[in-house]
Amino acid sequence: MEYHLNFNFIWQYGSRLWWGLALSIQLAIISVLIGCVIGFALAVAYTGGGRLTRLAISSYVEFIRNIPLLLLVYLVFYGIPSAGGFAYDAKESFVATLSLYAGAYLVEVFRAGLDAIPKGAIDAGKAIGLTPWQRLVHVRFPIMLRIVLPSLSTSFISLFKDTSLASVIAVPELTYGANWIKTNTFRAVEVWIVTAPMYLVTGYVILLGLRILERALIRNRLT
Amino acid sequence: MSDLWSFTVGTLPFLWSGLLMTLFVSAVVVVISAFVGAFFGVGLAYGPLWLRVPLRIYSDILRGIPLLVVIFSIYYLLPFAGLNLQPLPAVLLALTMFKTAHVSEIARGAIQSIAKGQIDAGMAIGLTFHQRLVYVVMPQALRRFLPPWINSVTDAVKGSSLVSLVGIVDLMLASQQVIGRTYQPLPIYMLAAGMYFIINFSLSTLSRRLEARYAYVRE
Repeated sequence: MEYHLNFNFIWQYGSRLWWGLALSIQLAIISVLIGCVIGFALAVAYTGGGRLTRLAISSYVEFIRNIPLLLLVYLVFYGIPSAGGFAYDAKESFVATLSLYAGAYLVEVFRAGLDAIPKGAIDAGKAIGLTPWQRLVHVRFPIMLRIVLPSLSTSFISLFKDTSLASVIAVPELTYGANWIKTNTFRAVEVWIVTAPMYLVTGYVILLGLRILERALIRNRLT
Repeated sequence: MSDLWSFTVGTLPFLWSGLLMTLFVSAVVVVISAFVGAFFGVGLAYGPLWLRVPLRIYSDILRGIPLLVVIFSIYYLLPFAGLNLQPLPAVLLALTMFKTAHVSEIARGAIQSIAKGQIDAGMAIGLTFHQRLVYVVMPQALRRFLPPWINSVTDAVKGSSLVSLVGIVDLMLASQQVIGRTYQPLPIYMLAAGMYFIINFSLSTLSRRLEARYAYVRE
């Protein structure tokens, strides 16, 4: 069987891929930001909390980490509204899902970061009379951030790739755009030849950018 | 409440074959990728340049693309490459290729974590490269390899849920089919989540146990 590659259709509908890619990045950024807030709050609660708090946080983390993200996407989009009698649009639902998912992974990252803070730094904070809140904001947070930056970058790339699952609930991101072109032009081979490298290159560029940012932040002592 | 309970229990037989498919897909992927990945890992750590470069490219490409896109790409590119596979073998191939890339990195990390002195010692007593690998590096690297590898098995189980998107009836698609008939998404999805949770939580607990067990390994 002879198959002639024809990329014309891909270029014709190229905007679906570009806008899809932009939406993928946007979804990843929003989710990682919300995920960071959830992760940091829970990590602080975990390190300072009692047994019940720890049990609750561990349950959340273990539940999310041990079920497939695809299932979580369906659960949030179809499952929860069916019980509550409300609905939200696919994009909001996916951001909620990915934030919950990111939060569960980032709790562990931040917890490890908080544990790795030298005891002396916290004692020094106490010695100069900082309140627990001031110690958290001015001592623990900046030191922790420096420790977890590389893991944060890795998590972000990972989340960027996970946004491909938004296509299953018809969020028009990159994978959805690719599938749309495939269904409408039947050019399945060409569309995946173009889409896969788009993820690869974008992920790589983001990684390089974040590495440079990390170094700049640490060199200029901004964290 | 008891209605909901009996309803949920009543759907179990329909999920059963899906669960078996999930376990089958995961098992095939995990076993094949463990063997191939171990060889790739040795290649990445000790291979000559002509072997290391292609393995590095393979691993970086597959780890840089979302699994869903890997599955779709291989699913549609295989016939183009002249290989006509049924959907199940095609996704098994895609999942295994993806998993192999990850396992090869775990194996490479485990091998490279073995102190250089160990290998020098092996050289000093006149072991060949092959003997050093089998008697010195592997027994120690295995302890570093096992905990993260078992933990990564949970990723294979979770990743297997994506086969539902090309129409293979695994636990994910089976639960959606039940939902399609009963219009009860929440209990069924929670039931499926519970099943995935039991499988993966046991695996990750085992991984943590082993990690603690092997923590005595020192440089």
